[in-house]
Amino acid sequence: MAKFAKKKDGDLPAVSTASLPDIVFMLLFFFMTVTTMKDSSLLVQNTLPNASEVKKLEKKDRVIYIYVGKPTREYQSVYGTEPKIQLNDKFADVNEVGSYILAERAKKPQELQNVLTTALKVDKDANMGLISDIKQKLRQVNALKVNYTTYEGDAFNNLQ
Amino acid sequence: MPRRKGAPEVNAGSMADIAFLLLIFFLVTTTIETDAGLDRMLPPAEPPEDVDVVIKQKNIFTVNINRNGQLLVEEEILDIKNLRKEAIAFLDNGGDGSCNYCKGRKDASSSDNPEKAIISLKNDRETKYSTYITVQNELVGAYNDLRNREAQRLFGRDFTEMEAKYLNPETPSAERDDLKPKVKRVQELFPQKLSEAETSVN
Repeated sequence: MAKFAKKKDGDLPAVSTASLPDIVFMLLFFFMTVTTMKDSSLLVQNTLPNASEVKKLEKKDRVIYIYVGKPTREYQSVYGTEPKIQLNDKFADVNEVGSYILAERAKKPQELQNVLTTALKVDKDANMGLISDIKQKLRQVNALKVNYTTYEGDAFNNLQ
Repeated sequence: MPRRKGAPEVNAGSMADIAFLLLIFFLVTTTIETDAGLDRMLPPAEPPEDVDVVIKQKNIFTVNINRNGQLLVEEEILDIKNLRKEAIAFLDNGGDGSCNYCKGRKDASSSDNPEKAIISLKNDRETKYSTYITVQNELVGAYNDLRNREAQRLFGRDFTEMEAKYLNPETPSAERDDLKPKVKRVQELFPQKLSEAETSVN
């Protein structure tokens, strides 16, 4: 018995965990820097339609977002159930789209101002009338590059 | 004892736990999402000066979507599932024989060549957005199918894959320079001419 108990030198030394906090902090900083907090909370229902022929929207700094959809339940008593436009953090009228685009464009650096894309995040139950109005406004301010943001999937799922 | 011991050392053993807690918080809240969607160009607000360009009716492929989501294609009701096939047949027709890569029917009453073929999309104000996206998807898909076919023939790879690689900012620039003329070339074989008329009111 004593033979085993005495054998101390052969034990594996405990792994030093002193550098563990450093490793964890490194990971922490990585995630802190890549995290983008949602900059605008959604006031509208936003179930995007599906499409299969999609292209990725690279480079987030070149994108201006416009949300369209029915107001979420908590806003329905105030704003009704007709699809509405959301710009940044508030509901907006079609006529404000142009000035919003111009304001957002002015915020971007000079060299990006000509390559901006407008991402239309439209709920699949919205009507085309409103979208057409937005498209007219976009044409007036010369924001011609649009991206109909969708989920990747079979487009025929939309029809059900 | 006249002199007290210095302040006791703070136990840093729980530092890792705290850091882990923060790490897990950020792991959970992180969404490294890239949005994807259908890229389209809107026509400029000011029409070009020389508007009296005559386009032959046979070179226009009209797609009408009504408020119930039904399609009227070339004056006939069409199921949306067949739209891609019809669009490909129209674009690939090559009626005047100048398009040597077209594999279509060479029907004289359909489009002359892909250069001239225009798809005109019209929708009602009450058309549902999801239907509109499906139609857009099918039309873009028709172009992509044809471009893939040509890219396979010329370069042995898919056009959509080449284009995605070309547009991806992480692709090395040498490779992008190599892809640029190829992508351009295939795009020119089947130029995307998709016109959207103003929405009809009724």
